[in-house]
Amino acid sequence: MADVVVRPTSAARAASASKRSSLHTALKRKSTAAFLMTLPLILLIALLVIYPAFYSLHLATLNKSMQRFVGLGNFEFLFKRDTFWMVVKQSCIFAITAVVFKALIGFIVAHFVHNIPAKGQRKWRGMLLVPWVIPPAMSTLAWLWLFDPSYSAFNYTLSYFGIGPIPWTGDAMWARFSVILVNVWYGAPFFMIMYLAALKSVPEQLYEAAAIDGANWWQRIWYVTLPMMRNIIAITTLFSLIVTFANFDIVRILTFGGPLDRTHIFATWAFRVGIEGSDIPLGACVSLFMAPILAVAAIFILRDISKRGHEA
Amino acid sequence: MSTIVIDKGGPRRKVKYGSMSRDRAWALRWSYFFLVLFAIFSLTPPFYMLITSLKSSAEISAATNPWWVYHPTLSNYVELLTSNQFLRFFWNSAIVSVVVVTITMLISIPSAFALARMKFWGSATLATGVFLTYLIPDSLLFLPLFKMLATVQDWTGIALLNRWYVLLFIYPTLTVPFCTWIMIGYFASIPKELDEAAIIDGASWFQTLTRIFIPVALPGLIAATIFAFTVSWAQFLYPLVFTTSTDQLVLPVGIITSLIKGDVFNWGQIMTGALLGAAPPLIIYAFLMDYYIAGLTAGATKG
Repeated sequence: MADVVVRPTSAARAASASKRSSLHTALKRKSTAAFLMTLPLILLIALLVIYPAFYSLHLATLNKSMQRFVGLGNFEFLFKRDTFWMVVKQSCIFAITAVVFKALIGFIVAHFVHNIPAKGQRKWRGMLLVPWVIPPAMSTLAWLWLFDPSYSAFNYTLSYFGIGPIPWTGDAMWARFSVILVNVWYGAPFFMIMYLAALKSVPEQLYEAAAIDGANWWQRIWYVTLPMMRNIIAITTLFSLIVTFANFDIVRILTFGGPLDRTHIFATWAFRVGIEGSDIPLGACVSLFMAPILAVAAIFILRDISKRGHEA
Repeated sequence: MSTIVIDKGGPRRKVKYGSMSRDRAWALRWSYFFLVLFAIFSLTPPFYMLITSLKSSAEISAATNPWWVYHPTLSNYVELLTSNQFLRFFWNSAIVSVVVVTITMLISIPSAFALARMKFWGSATLATGVFLTYLIPDSLLFLPLFKMLATVQDWTGIALLNRWYVLLFIYPTLTVPFCTWIMIGYFASIPKELDEAAIIDGASWFQTLTRIFIPVALPGLIAATIFAFTVSWAQFLYPLVFTTSTDQLVLPVGIITSLIKGDVFNWGQIMTGALLGAAPPLIIYAFLMDYYIAGLTAGATKG
């Protein structure tokens, strides 16, 4: 048996080796062609992503008129301002709360969609993904109208239950709640679709085996579903954390950072300071605070890729 | 004897099976109940957009039941679709999105092909790098880009700020990395034998790409196109920063800066504009849902 198996492979190896040597000259041309084909990509990324990213490091060390080098002066200035610490706190609260709720709702809804007969799943999936499809700037306008101080449709409905008018965007705490709510509404469908894809890839036999071993539904989720979905959960959460930290549209349109700068996050405050306040260096400084979360994400993804490389 | 055993076994098994299916039925009912709740949550804002867009200003300010329209009118639509300003926004958005999709495809298909198939020095690093640049958000880059454009404008005298065409250079930074990344995934899944056969038959690399890779990976191509289009259609921050005069604005920024005048909110028109702005992605999604979802999930499952 072993002989029969070994012979064809060795023959094939010899054949491929001879083919490789005959293609040797072509290979030389190939790498040049490949480089030329990727050149536009390299140029685009180098000029409009990598260069601006480092340029903002340089910008952050200049004074407001961008003529004098002030070193870490901008950072010193920021650290002394209460608004900055408020923005840091609000960014963290906003991103973490929103991502946790998006992930939870996405996980739960994905299970419900997965539970119903396969025939109807398409229809439900289609309806539930609509918030993700509408451009966020447009849907936030609808939320702004739903939250309108005098004509709020929510308050109209709630008044029937005897719940007084809620200042959705007028009060600091409610405004914080509102921006998170809109972000969860917008982002939860993305988690749902990711988790649904992951759920479909879990082999049914594992659940059968777990059921035979007497696992209840909670144990099935904890010991079968979650370990099988671990990769997708990690990468989706990481991705969403970056996007939510960097969110601009929702806060900008819904609250404008107000009331009294209480809902500003890094992106909106950087815009306020850098473009509206025309202090580009200070704005660049503020937006640089989004970099740590990016670095953490990059490390995790690189580790994941190199791990896969070893397995392969 | 044997008949008695079967009799005993039969009903017992039946009862157990029955209770299990009853559990299933309840689980199903609960699933539907919660799905309806979540669907209402998801669809309330778009539904409300539609309701408001059909109302006249008088009906909105009369503060009747906000969830229903008593005197439906299309006047908001007529007014917007005959307003030159709004059509200008729509046109700007359309041309920017279409050109950006074309540029994106022209850049990302050849590079994805090269990175997936023609291994060269640094190709693996570059593929990883492409994915990492996708993670750099627009809100980190808008200030340095703004300053760069201003500097280039000063040097060359070519007007760049406050011109819609500058978006054609900026948007690809958002679309190209992800499109390249998912195209690498699709191209890599094509069996090697296919392009080896083509090369042996004397096809050039270019022919292999156009005759084999593009047709075989067409679903991926469509998914990438949809992604590029929706991203450029929805982009809000860059046009807000780089364009200001009304004839240069794209739709999302145009609606927000021109329809909201000071404290006067003409909500009927704003909602109509928002709905019209949401329409192209929604229509694409309605017809090409499977491709849309394939594009969404490809990034994570292949990454």
